[in-house]
Amino acid sequence: MQPSTEDTAKAMQQAEPVTTQAQQRDQQRAEAQHPDASRVPMTMIQALRSAMDVMMARDDNVIVYGQDVGYFGGVFRVTEGLQAKYGKTRCFDAPISEGGIVGTAIGMAAYGLKPVVEIQFADYFYPATDQIVSEAARMRHRSNGDFTAPMTIRMPCGGGIYGGQTHSQSPEAFFTHVCGLRTVMPSNPYDAKGLLIASIECEDPVIFLEPKRLYNGPFDGHHDRPVVPWSKHALGMVPEGYFRVPLDSAVVFRPGKEVTVLTYGTMVWVAECAAREAGVDAEVIDLRSIWPLDLETIVNSVKKTGRCVVVHEATRTSGFGAELAALVQEHCFWHLEAPIERVTGWDTPYPHAQEWDYFPGPARVGAALKRAVGKEA
Amino acid sequence: MTPSPTAPLRLHVPEPTGRPGCSTDFSYLAISPAGAVRRPPTDTPAADTADLATSLVRVLDDEGRAVGPWAPSIHPERLRRGLRAMMKTRIFDARMLMAQRKKKLSFYMQCLGEEAIAVAHAQALAEGDMCFPTYRQQGLLLSRDDIPMSELICQLMSNEGDPLKGRQLPVMYSYKRAGFFSISGNLATQVIQAVGWAMASAIKGDTKIASAWIGDGATAEADFHTALTFAHVYRAPVIINVVNNQWAISTFQSIAGGEGTTFAQRGVGVGVASLRVDGNDFLAVYAASRWAAERARTNHGPTLIEWETYRAGPHSTSDDPSKYRPQDDWQRFPLGDPIARLKQHLIAIGEWTEEQHAAAQKSLEAEVLAAEKEAERHGSLLDGRVPSAAAMFEGVYKDMPEHLRRQRQQMGV
Repeated sequence: MQPSTEDTAKAMQQAEPVTTQAQQRDQQRAEAQHPDASRVPMTMIQALRSAMDVMMARDDNVIVYGQDVGYFGGVFRVTEGLQAKYGKTRCFDAPISEGGIVGTAIGMAAYGLKPVVEIQFADYFYPATDQIVSEAARMRHRSNGDFTAPMTIRMPCGGGIYGGQTHSQSPEAFFTHVCGLRTVMPSNPYDAKGLLIASIECEDPVIFLEPKRLYNGPFDGHHDRPVVPWSKHALGMVPEGYFRVPLDSAVVFRPGKEVTVLTYGTMVWVAECAAREAGVDAEVIDLRSIWPLDLETIVNSVKKTGRCVVVHEATRTSGFGAELAALVQEHCFWHLEAPIERVTGWDTPYPHAQEWDYFPGPARVGAALKRAVGKEA
Repeated sequence: MTPSPTAPLRLHVPEPTGRPGCSTDFSYLAISPAGAVRRPPTDTPAADTADLATSLVRVLDDEGRAVGPWAPSIHPERLRRGLRAMMKTRIFDARMLMAQRKKKLSFYMQCLGEEAIAVAHAQALAEGDMCFPTYRQQGLLLSRDDIPMSELICQLMSNEGDPLKGRQLPVMYSYKRAGFFSISGNLATQVIQAVGWAMASAIKGDTKIASAWIGDGATAEADFHTALTFAHVYRAPVIINVVNNQWAISTFQSIAGGEGTTFAQRGVGVGVASLRVDGNDFLAVYAASRWAAERARTNHGPTLIEWETYRAGPHSTSDDPSKYRPQDDWQRFPLGDPIARLKQHLIAIGEWTEEQHAAAQKSLEAEVLAAEKEAERHGSLLDGRVPSAAAMFEGVYKDMPEHLRRQRQQMGV
């Protein structure tokens, strides 16, 4: 359905540019590194593409490949133009074989390249599980550093797009359970570029999850409203050149005093909207690096608020929220004034028709925020 | 008789002809006479290798003479080096088997009967090439002068001298400097990685090639198929070695898909040039390896080689083959013993004697014994002198993250 121009204009007026103190710090740091870096509006797609462009230009060893990634530029346009610019041996199409894509990347990394490979949908990483878990994640440890696997595996993830069972999953907990992997998920174009550059430069294997719902604009869960483009947001203004957002660093996305929300990806925007709509002064923390994570920022926040709600799209049982709840309980037990809540996808496969009954939208998150702070809900 | 269309369907489950108490009928193994198979140019199209994937490249005849188009020109000194390396590998295996029985190490895997493949193949590669071995190519390491045998034994004993800090099961070596990729317990994973390594070499315009290793049983893993596909698609400079030793633990190669076909034919089917070679014929292994290496190095793409051999020993120190196959199977295997065959050849051409052989055997036994003693100076499982528990937390990531630092502190190390 194409939203009318009038709707779009209204939505743009509603959209508030969100730039927190920590994000300003990131931007100031980037500016300090590259004072002449010009900023241009970018969607998350363009920001990710720019990250690969910057890294391919800086480092001949950066190689980009995957299914439909080369000539066509990717089914989401994230690699558009890279083959034309860097040639077929730097950016190329791969057979439909996730195990083959990741397996060859491990071999390339062992040779000394820095492969950045794409799995078309996170829902399709499963055939590569053995290579990711048994090989990439273990290479440095099992060979005592003789061989390493500096590689980045990009995977579009998350729901909210009528993707049904196999175009909507959030499999981050499969990866966070694997020692040796880093799992990262940005929530905006600025972080997407900075985190992807940091991931490509990282000497450890990185699972880089991209919430496809956020590719073209932020999404707060109000699916009945038209998409607001990234150009309306400060976080859609991205330096054209090289900059990094450090791994293992969370960011206080929305400062607050009453309750801490631990979240990442699309749910950062949902949580921010839920806090506003529920009238709860929630501190929304965008983890950015899911594991290893920035425990200090989390603990400082929960100790301050005394309450914690964990929010993710992934299914509940043994989801990453369980680890977050356990960490908060271990580190903040004497500061907690309410049970830790989890608002997540249900323990069902991701449905098609029931998309908005499944997706943990602002109403469900808002209700949990109210419960956590003792307001009626 | 035409089966009735209403006859019930039957599931076919392949069986080896020989089980304990009977004799294996090795007629299933297609064997060409020595010298009978043609040697095409190394730029031959993959499709033209179909006949080579069903016949068997052999050089040494029953009298130990090198015959036919594959007979390599190789200096006798290199052959003697090869013979010594095979003998060393067999003696090393026997000694480590004993050390395992004495509980100095927890586990071991011999390559008894398969020594020629790794040793001769290693001689056909160049410095800088990278092998992606399985756990049964110790000949790649034992044929090198720059890898101290005692260091291998330290890995086997997981002692204080273990280069892998006690993190790995015995035999899972890693020697980047020797072109020997880190061994994984997960079967077949390294074959697709070898293809990626070869692609990287091609991307960088390098001249190095990769050599991938897999057993007959593991060809059933998905990674074998992805490796063939990627190798073919990108014309990767890689040799894919399928060591068909007829057995995957207790499972005969027919259950892996070998019945009525060969593993070499898989290569032809996906557009990869393929050879089927006598794996117990040192000269044939060397010649075929050279052919494939030259093909890869001159940008003519990958080669699959099926090496026919026989797993003469138990699968591992945890295995008892008398429970699933005849005791005397190796004696009846038509391709014999690789060491005996090269020895016969060297004697036939006047480059070796029984006396030299006996002397080499004695000196190699002493060398292995001395290496074991040297390794034991760093401890063994028996005395518990293993690497520090702190080493467990290192190398999971390049820099130790906070949570691992905390866990290490919890252990008090």
